[in-house]
Amino acid sequence: MLTLDGVVIAQDGFRLSADLSVEAGARVAVIGPSGAGKSTLLGALAGVVPLASGQIRWQGARIDTLPPARRPLSILFQDNNLLPHLSVFDNVALGIDPGLRLTSEQRAAVTTALAETGLEGLGGRKPATLSGGQISRAALARVLLRARPLILLDEPFAALGPALKNAMLDLVAQIARRHGATVLMISHDPADALRICPQTILVADGRAEAPADTAALLRDPPPALAAYLG
Amino acid sequence: MRSPSEPAMPRGPAALVAAGLVALNFGALAAVAGRADGAGGLSAADWSALRFTVMQAALSALLSVALAIPVARALARRRFPGRGALIVLMGAPFILPVLVAVSGLLAVFGRNGWVNDALGLVGLPTVSIYGLHGILLAHVFFNLPLSVRLILQGWARVPSEHLRLSATLGFDASARFRHIEAPMLARVVPGALGVVFLICLTSFAVALTLGGGPRATTLELAIYQAFRFEFDLGRAALLAGVQAAVGLAALVLLTRATLPEMRATGHDRPAPPPPGGLELVLDAGAIALAAGFLLVPLVAVLARGLPHLWGLPAPVWAALGRSLLVAGASVLLLAAMALALTLAALTRRWPEIAGSLALVSSPLVIGTGLFIVIHPLADPAALALPITALVNAAMALPFALRAILPAARRAQADYGRLAQVLGLDRRAQWRLVLWPRLRRPAGFALGLGAALSLGDLGVIVLFAQTGGETLPMQLQRLMGAYRTDDAAGAAVLLLAVALAGFVVVERLVGGRDADA
Repeated sequence: MLTLDGVVIAQDGFRLSADLSVEAGARVAVIGPSGAGKSTLLGALAGVVPLASGQIRWQGARIDTLPPARRPLSILFQDNNLLPHLSVFDNVALGIDPGLRLTSEQRAAVTTALAETGLEGLGGRKPATLSGGQISRAALARVLLRARPLILLDEPFAALGPALKNAMLDLVAQIARRHGATVLMISHDPADALRICPQTILVADGRAEAPADTAALLRDPPPALAAYLG
Repeated sequence: MRSPSEPAMPRGPAALVAAGLVALNFGALAAVAGRADGAGGLSAADWSALRFTVMQAALSALLSVALAIPVARALARRRFPGRGALIVLMGAPFILPVLVAVSGLLAVFGRNGWVNDALGLVGLPTVSIYGLHGILLAHVFFNLPLSVRLILQGWARVPSEHLRLSATLGFDASARFRHIEAPMLARVVPGALGVVFLICLTSFAVALTLGGGPRATTLELAIYQAFRFEFDLGRAALLAGVQAAVGLAALVLLTRATLPEMRATGHDRPAPPPPGGLELVLDAGAIALAAGFLLVPLVAVLARGLPHLWGLPAPVWAALGRSLLVAGASVLLLAAMALALTLAALTRRWPEIAGSLALVSSPLVIGTGLFIVIHPLADPAALALPITALVNAAMALPFALRAILPAARRAQADYGRLAQVLGLDRRAQWRLVLWPRLRRPAGFALGLGAALSLGDLGVIVLFAQTGGETLPMQLQRLMGAYRTDDAAGAAVLLLAVALAGFVVVERLVGGRDADA
């Protein structure tokens, strides 16, 4: 279980509080108006945004005191998930060793992750030569390879067309199911949430609410969400 | 493509300015070439000046940029009180007269400077600032801040996602350097090296005050010596030709080496907290050392010179008057040339190229050429001040255009169509569309031009006789005559005048409301 216990994030005039828990293995959408603090919330979980107060625990152990790399999670950003000057293979291999000194088993694991995300034979290419969907797949290959129990998605598929985005969401669900991983996914589209996330956290008015049933929440939205959905 | 209804900006004045600049630069070169013919080949001393010029410029570039990298990194990732002020200070050497900086460095590192006093106290041998290492010291003093600012821009363009990625993937310092910082530096550093190399290639005032002798003479200094001590115009012309060739070759090589800008842009999310521990200590050390290296000499100038400011002899005040005249005329010329070329350059390339011609030649090359042309016709000394103003303006023009032109082209691209559909005529377009967007960069550029002209020690030394000095030239005379107190006071005066010149012109032209 992921627990946010009295968490407060404060950054120049901006304030967000969160008191909630997410079951292990759950897939949870994070929805709310722009500027409400969805990215900030995921950043705090990942350790790249500091907490003003409170604790974050995973399976009972505090993780908010750990440096970002030691936390049990992988995060994907909206873009720039790949380093432009490294090959796709090296970009994925960064998930094992940032120094890129890989054993032959590790190299095989990278190749397998590329194959499982549909990038067979593209390991030698540079990101600039890939399509948007392939870039997303490469980033997901790294998530797959790292096999951390928490996967945080900060709208990595926002720029993709509907069909491609759905394919990526299904790939995420497949990866998560394989490892029993917990997924937190920011989305602007209720359809994305309905597709792979049974539960939803609403972030609005300076608060992140506890996860609620996605379908029920969208059927009968509270005022802040209703205003956002329009 | 211009459509017929778009008001054409006037091209006549620009053509005139361009013709003038071509005449000034290439006319000077032609005069130099014609005169150099009879001078025979390069002597051993000339070759050694050529070698020394290239060597000191290369070393200055390497040192400045290598030292700037840790400072830029520390400034990029740390937030502390005074950070903004320190970054502004990094821009100050642009308007700092060379001789003021040299005075400060002498006060700290010179024979009776603070460093040697300290060494003497603990019984160590003193160090001399004169020669190659003194020249390098002064060049690093000027170009370290410039390099820091250039490299800082590279750091600012690293997407914050990449920093977050490196934090979540657990990059250590070496992985962060290899995957994120090194690729960025590979794009930024060649440009920074090139700029510093080009600047130091035409170093004159620093070499004049800290160099000299067979082992520390630059080409520019050799030109001056051929003039001043031997009055050998042929040899001066030959050296000027060599200087121009070296500058042109370097410029051509460097424009080819310049790499395209990085395209990765992030969503400007805050970067993750920077690493602590040893890296924090190193960053703090880099910032403290750089700030000390820049500030202590300036403090030394003030500490030594302020008590002697009011007792300065009359010739210094007369020189100040001449400097103000030269700078005023130079700023007016600069404004006229920049205006004419900017308007014509909105849709064309040639005015920009004409305005950048001065990058090819150096002040002493132009000065030599003009002297050769004028000498048979009139007394060069009588024209010293107008020529200085003209050369100062021509030298500042490339920098002014780099500040003004991008803003002008952006304003035209953003609002040109609007101006067209509203049917604005030429004057209305200037008043309503261009000028509001140009006055800030124009204020900065002209302020810079004022400060550069006030602090310049270059072409004036070829023309002026005793009694006709500008303030920097007068300061150099005082320093050369070891009139330490008067020199210290004159350095403070020059510093104050250059700063005031920059601020006054920038405010007058740019307006006080910075965001209007």
